[in-house]
Amino acid sequence: MRQKTQVADIDRSLYDFRYDEDAADFLNSGITPEIIREISEEKNDPEWMREFRLKSLEIYSRMKMPVWGPPVDGLDMRNIVTYIRPKSRMNTDWNNVPAHIKETFERLGIPQAERESLAGVGAQYDSELVYHNVRKEVAQSGVVYTDLESAMHDPKYAEIIRMHFMKLVPPGDHKFAALHGAVWSGGSFVYVPAGVKLEIPLQSYFRLNAKGAGQFEHTLIILEENSDLHFIEGCSAPKYYEAGLHAGCVELYVGKGAKLRYSTIENWSKNMYNLNTKRALVEEGGRIEWVSGSFGSHVSYLYPMSILNGRGASAEFTGITFAGEGQNLDTGAKIVHNAPETSSHIDTKSISKSGGISTFRSAVTVHENAVGSRSSVSCESLMLDGISRSDTIPAMDIRTDKCDIGHEAKIGRISDDAVFYLMSRGMDEQAARAMIVSGFAGNVSKELPLEYAVEMNNLIRLEMTGAVG
Amino acid sequence: MALLTIENLSVAIEDKALLHGVSMEVGSGETHVLMGPNGAGKSTLGFTVMGSPEYKVTGGKILFDGADITAESPDKRAKRGIFLSFQNPVEIPGITLSDFLRSALEQVEGERIKLWAFKKQLKAAMDVLQMDAAYAERDLNVGFSGGEKKKAEILQLLMLKPRLAILDETDSGLDVDAVRTVSAGIAAYRESCGGSLLIITHNTKILEALQIDRAHIIADGRIVREGGAELVAEINANGFEHLTGKGAI
Repeated sequence: MRQKTQVADIDRSLYDFRYDEDAADFLNSGITPEIIREISEEKNDPEWMREFRLKSLEIYSRMKMPVWGPPVDGLDMRNIVTYIRPKSRMNTDWNNVPAHIKETFERLGIPQAERESLAGVGAQYDSELVYHNVRKEVAQSGVVYTDLESAMHDPKYAEIIRMHFMKLVPPGDHKFAALHGAVWSGGSFVYVPAGVKLEIPLQSYFRLNAKGAGQFEHTLIILEENSDLHFIEGCSAPKYYEAGLHAGCVELYVGKGAKLRYSTIENWSKNMYNLNTKRALVEEGGRIEWVSGSFGSHVSYLYPMSILNGRGASAEFTGITFAGEGQNLDTGAKIVHNAPETSSHIDTKSISKSGGISTFRSAVTVHENAVGSRSSVSCESLMLDGISRSDTIPAMDIRTDKCDIGHEAKIGRISDDAVFYLMSRGMDEQAARAMIVSGFAGNVSKELPLEYAVEMNNLIRLEMTGAVG
Repeated sequence: MALLTIENLSVAIEDKALLHGVSMEVGSGETHVLMGPNGAGKSTLGFTVMGSPEYKVTGGKILFDGADITAESPDKRAKRGIFLSFQNPVEIPGITLSDFLRSALEQVEGERIKLWAFKKQLKAAMDVLQMDAAYAERDLNVGFSGGEKKKAEILQLLMLKPRLAILDETDSGLDVDAVRTVSAGIAAYRESCGGSLLIITHNTKILEALQIDRAHIIADGRIVREGGAELVAEINANGFEHLTGKGAI
């Protein structure tokens, strides 16, 4: 057993799902090597992947549950069915998608979204892609947008996937990364060749539909030099009575001079545990832009990390978190400055109401070699009543004095004067408060594509219903 | 029947009594002025008629168009056609002036407003007030100067066309040119819908271009004198002192 000093323990445990690799008693998860072999066989995994899964399971069995964040003891791993395969197979023609699945997606607005000039749609139903389509012009430019599982069997991509899969987020990173490595299923693979700039965004929709089903999709995006992509990940899940788990993983490789914007609106049902890991590696002169909206789930741990690995690389994180009744959302961002003249900007808003807890965590690390780097962190919180809670936990680890670092935090409430002002113009109290909250969230919605901004404003309006009283 | 009837109204904020049995009537299409020294209760009256929850009515009632609105919420009063131009309008980050106005208009008119028609109407109203079109896309009152905020209030007046507009010290802190522009806006409002005005001021410059039907002088939470336009001229010449027994403003 490895012993760490008290200080090192606090330091690392703040932002990573890291624990002593103890002989943990947490093996009673219902996930056995036999189940992993079955999944692997069903998926016709290459040999390396089967080994990877089994090794991940072993790591998972040894690691402890996180204890530094929101409680996860309501999560009964024995009840999580990790792999549920839908009846349907991959479809590229919308007409062939089974009616009930189609109906669900139509309610989510996917076909319209596609008609309205989206480049491609990969919709995940349960654990596998059931619908996949990339517009011709996108495919012609050499861009690959497919599900990870079939790409793994394509000789053109097999090697590149093996080289990148869970290299940014290794299974040993934390317990749920290990679980992901063992049981991952479905997800997207995007490859953008050097110099290709996609004008239209690629979009995927993830969704859980079976009771007790976990979702472990893996997103792997590789941008070669000087390419440009906007990827939109939308998640939503209907309400269940049993606790559900989402432990997805997103790995983004941004090459020299490339630019990736990764937008997400997450609206998991209010009993979900969302323990998601997202990470980007940005090379010289490259740029990652995260736009992140967290509305759903019972508990969230979500801190997308940007590793600025080449001179002049930059990261921008714009996020909003809305925690309502029964929600404990622990969100934020991590930045690692690992090269000279890198820059980062974190701008987040969090809203809590009806006893919801929202915690903002950020971790900015500036290594000794990152001279001439800049970082600014700004977080604002709005509490809508006296029983809700908002915390801000910014951490900075700066190893050079040749850099420029800033942080500001604001916590506030909706002023009665503002509510009266809007009411005097005809808005009822609920609408007035919703307008103030929408305005507060405005910097995020401005970053989103129009239909997502509309969806986010609708979510806010929905969340605000009944907020008065 | 008067449009606005205030009957024996007493108002307190927390435990402090601010108005003591104030009565007044404003008829349809009339222009009234409410004057008085600082702290006399002018703004209190305006906020109470609009329904601010901060001000508690401890006696009397407010009727609008014959209906007792004393206990109504501000949004319901707004829908009836009451408007208050704020002395210090609140800043609302993230909501543009244009989006805000469109929402307010939809609330008051009870139907969706077509974007094109709205933009045309907004442009015309902004022209009257010599406002740069760029203000429509700025966040509501955020970073506006005092004068710009007042203009934005009058812009709302022009767009919402209320039946009764209460202007709370709209002229305060404005330079001569801005007062002239705001006056032009008020005149345009009168022309467009013939709404009633209750102008709260302790100054008379803004009144020069307007035909005053009635003036009410308030001091220490009581109406101490009422009269026609000649009362405004009298105050211009002599101040409030001889009316209230106190020092000038």
